[in-house]
Amino acid sequence: MTLESVDVVVVGAGPAGMAGATDLAGLGLNVVLLDEQGSPGGQIYRGITLAPLSRRDLLGPDYAHGNVLAKALADTSVRHIKEAAVWQVSRDHQVSYLHGGRMHTLQARAVLLATGAMERPFPIRGWTLPGVMTAGAAQILLKSAGAAPVEPVVLAGCGPLLYLLGWQYLRAGVPIKALVDTTHRDDYWRARRHLVSALRAWPYLRKGLQLMRSLRQARIAHFTGASALAIEGTDAAEALTFTANGKAERVSTRCVLLHQGVVPNIQFSQSLRATHAWDTQQLCFSPLRDSWGELDVPGMFVAGDGGGIGGAQAAALQGRLAALGIAARLGVLGAPQRDQRGVDLRQELNDNLRIRPFLDVLYRPRDEHRIPTDEVIVCRCEEVTAGQLREFVAMGCAGPNQAKSFGRCGMGPCQGRLCGLTVTEVIAEARAAAPGDVGYYRIRPPIKPITLGELAGD
Amino acid sequence: MPIEAHSRAPLFQAVASETPSRRSVTLSFNGEALNVPPGISVAAALLMSGVERFRATPVSESPRAPYCMMGVCFECLVNIDGVPNRQSCLVEVVDGMQVRSQEGARDLQFDVPLVQVLEVQP
Amino acid sequence: MKHSTAAINADVIVVGGGLVGTAVAYGLAREGADTVVLDQGDDAFRASRGNFGLVWVQGKGYNLPDYARWTRSSAQRWAGLRDALLADSGVDVSLKQPGGFHMCFSDEDLLERESRLRQLQVEVGDYPFEMLDAAELKARLPLIGKAVVGASYTPQDGHVNPLKLLRALHASAQHHGARFVGGQHIERIEGGAGDFRVRVGEQAYCAPRVVLAAGLGNPGLAAQVGLHAPVAPNRGQVLVSERVQPFLDYPTINVRQTDEGTVQLGDSMEEVGFDDSTSTRVLSAIAQRGVATFPLLRDVRLIRAWGALRVMSPDGFPIYQQSATHPGAFVITCHSGVTLAAAHALRIAPWVMGGAQPDELAVFNGERFLSDKVLAHAH
Repeated sequence: MTLESVDVVVVGAGPAGMAGATDLAGLGLNVVLLDEQGSPGGQIYRGITLAPLSRRDLLGPDYAHGNVLAKALADTSVRHIKEAAVWQVSRDHQVSYLHGGRMHTLQARAVLLATGAMERPFPIRGWTLPGVMTAGAAQILLKSAGAAPVEPVVLAGCGPLLYLLGWQYLRAGVPIKALVDTTHRDDYWRARRHLVSALRAWPYLRKGLQLMRSLRQARIAHFTGASALAIEGTDAAEALTFTANGKAERVSTRCVLLHQGVVPNIQFSQSLRATHAWDTQQLCFSPLRDSWGELDVPGMFVAGDGGGIGGAQAAALQGRLAALGIAARLGVLGAPQRDQRGVDLRQELNDNLRIRPFLDVLYRPRDEHRIPTDEVIVCRCEEVTAGQLREFVAMGCAGPNQAKSFGRCGMGPCQGRLCGLTVTEVIAEARAAAPGDVGYYRIRPPIKPITLGELAGD
Repeated sequence: MPIEAHSRAPLFQAVASETPSRRSVTLSFNGEALNVPPGISVAAALLMSGVERFRATPVSESPRAPYCMMGVCFECLVNIDGVPNRQSCLVEVVDGMQVRSQEGARDLQFDVPLVQVLEVQP
Repeated sequence: MKHSTAAINADVIVVGGGLVGTAVAYGLAREGADTVVLDQGDDAFRASRGNFGLVWVQGKGYNLPDYARWTRSSAQRWAGLRDALLADSGVDVSLKQPGGFHMCFSDEDLLERESRLRQLQVEVGDYPFEMLDAAELKARLPLIGKAVVGASYTPQDGHVNPLKLLRALHASAQHHGARFVGGQHIERIEGGAGDFRVRVGEQAYCAPRVVLAAGLGNPGLAAQVGLHAPVAPNRGQVLVSERVQPFLDYPTINVRQTDEGTVQLGDSMEEVGFDDSTSTRVLSAIAQRGVATFPLLRDVRLIRAWGALRVMSPDGFPIYQQSATHPGAFVITCHSGVTLAAAHALRIAPWVMGGAQPDELAVFNGERFLSDKVLAHAH
């Protein structure tokens, strides 16, 4: 097992990782950037350095911005190791990853986790059927393969990413059969409290309104206030059913794209036993971090959506702030220097985050689509239903770890990524307890699968 | 029974504005040859070739296909060149690849890798 | 106006809802005792969740034959426990007792192993075992690796699904009327002979008998009722693989295939205090040994690794004792909660309810750690 010493390891080459690594190198530190993909960009800027012009144009100007970050990164001394699957990060800053079929370990002095977000699970009847994917998956197909649905597709759920995808599909001439929007006028009413701060993020808001107008102008069937979403089909998706305006609806389709927001990917931060809190606004767990992004595990930093959803621009700014925080921690910058350099970044970050409360309230995912009825599969890997989970609670399981030991929920290959939040919320509701008190799965390495031979060092 | 490729139109295809690549990659899925663009993931290639069912679950043999396309859901598992349970959304297509649907749990004694999984470093 | 919480009364209070506590509680409930089990929360150390799942006899009790006898008595009763749990809870714990193998990787190991088992055979009597060389082992386990020079096999060994066991014990105990209260952090145990009050915040639980089965929480609680139970954490790390089609019918000391198809590999014995994290060095060593044992495991994917804290006494043997100063208070603690589950369920309860202490248990008092006296052998 080779153990190499570096100053900083950055995990994830999305906006936070690219910006953070770039600035760290600029401060004279020896940086290794590890990412699973073959080219930088993370998910939001996926494939940006390889995308042909026509594709970049299709995806819109925000996507193209990823190139600026990628180019800046390429100009630095950062050692960017691509197709590296990080499977362990330890509290004493050792990072183990798989690359080229072999295991490597780096000993860092500080670690920046920039692993971003993932789609919130959307546990509804039929969500495990072939033909059901996330809006994020559809975007990845667009970004990395220039591919989109052939037959009329149904977009369902809520949130800016859903509308962005719809807009991109319109531009590409992809037939959209229906946009089934779970956003309800009550959500608009509740969100008005944040409207003033939202207006201060006018450019963002205007972009959103333009998206919605384009969709309306295209006369796509748009159902609003949709509830009771379910997917019909035996071996593959055949239709989406729902209720809207008091009417039961059924839209036949082979392809359903679901989205109800993104949530922080907390596998690494949880495996470090960093303290996490339940965010009642974003309905997810996020790690507690200080104003530079440091966790309550010394020398561990989180930047970007992995610490709480803020979007791509906020992620890059957090990456840069974390770089300052790390530099001060490693003695390269004094605290006053760090603070002074961070002033403008922090101001810009706050401006970028201004829109969040408004979006979080407006596009809050419906309770019934987070806490499903008994027959719905909650753990896709081990095929455990919400009803079975409720039985475990009735038997005395107080939290997700006991539930896991009672029913294998969360023990499959995804190790809780697609069921963790649902399990916490189902148990919380069944016990009439707060999700923060119920807790989350105990996450352990390997964060990504590694073969026994690779681990053995053969 | 697995739905054969091409029995229905593919769920996904290249959008109109994409310039078709001059190169193409040939791989097989459950013995059937597919021609796909280079530089894409195996999962994308299969979806673009009409494959709807990637695997049967070990627990109940239910049909599954990609869900997240980013390596988080572990639904896109297929057998690539004899190595079972590979996340096809994280593997790029290579000419001559042999892909098979993952039917339940892997079989240690009969799934023998066809090639050594070793990357050639440039 | 603050009103006091009414005390909860029972025949027996069991402190600890892990494998040991629930097995004892099941036995008590079956005997008709009104039993209350007080258990910790979801994220406590929970040795019961970190169990390899072996029902293992061979090699145990070297230098303490009573432990070998106690272990064997449990293994022999295990099928009966399995049947009772199935009837009471509907849960099949997947017990298989086809015999088990202990692999040796050098001739010295093999010789040492043989002498150990032979000694046990002399001391215990009925103790069947076989020593197998590489060729004989290959005939039994065709997939065995070349690095394994031989193994010991006994027909007494087996394995079970430890998580299903915990769930089955829990449900079966409840089926017989035992009450479980979770999220309890016991503050103190008051009282004396035949009249104990266990305090949790404002709540008191009262019973003439109390059983301490709180694992690593036992030392502090035991001291309050005149018992000495100096158990400390001993970490074992385990690897769990993806599901695989059945390939291994027999449990082995370091590799077994579960009823769900996953492969478990272990383990280690580390003294690192209350640290249940994993370490790459140890995981790698476990993987190496696993692949050396069954080379076809080389390409199997590791899905999860964990560390669990064994409840370990200074000599590694259990502590079973009724308090002399506080009669009615018992401590029941060991690190083989799976193997001994049948004994705990079927032989402890009558003792707790006032019957005779099982013969084998006399040596397992806590005082043995307070002197330099060498333990007297049973013969």
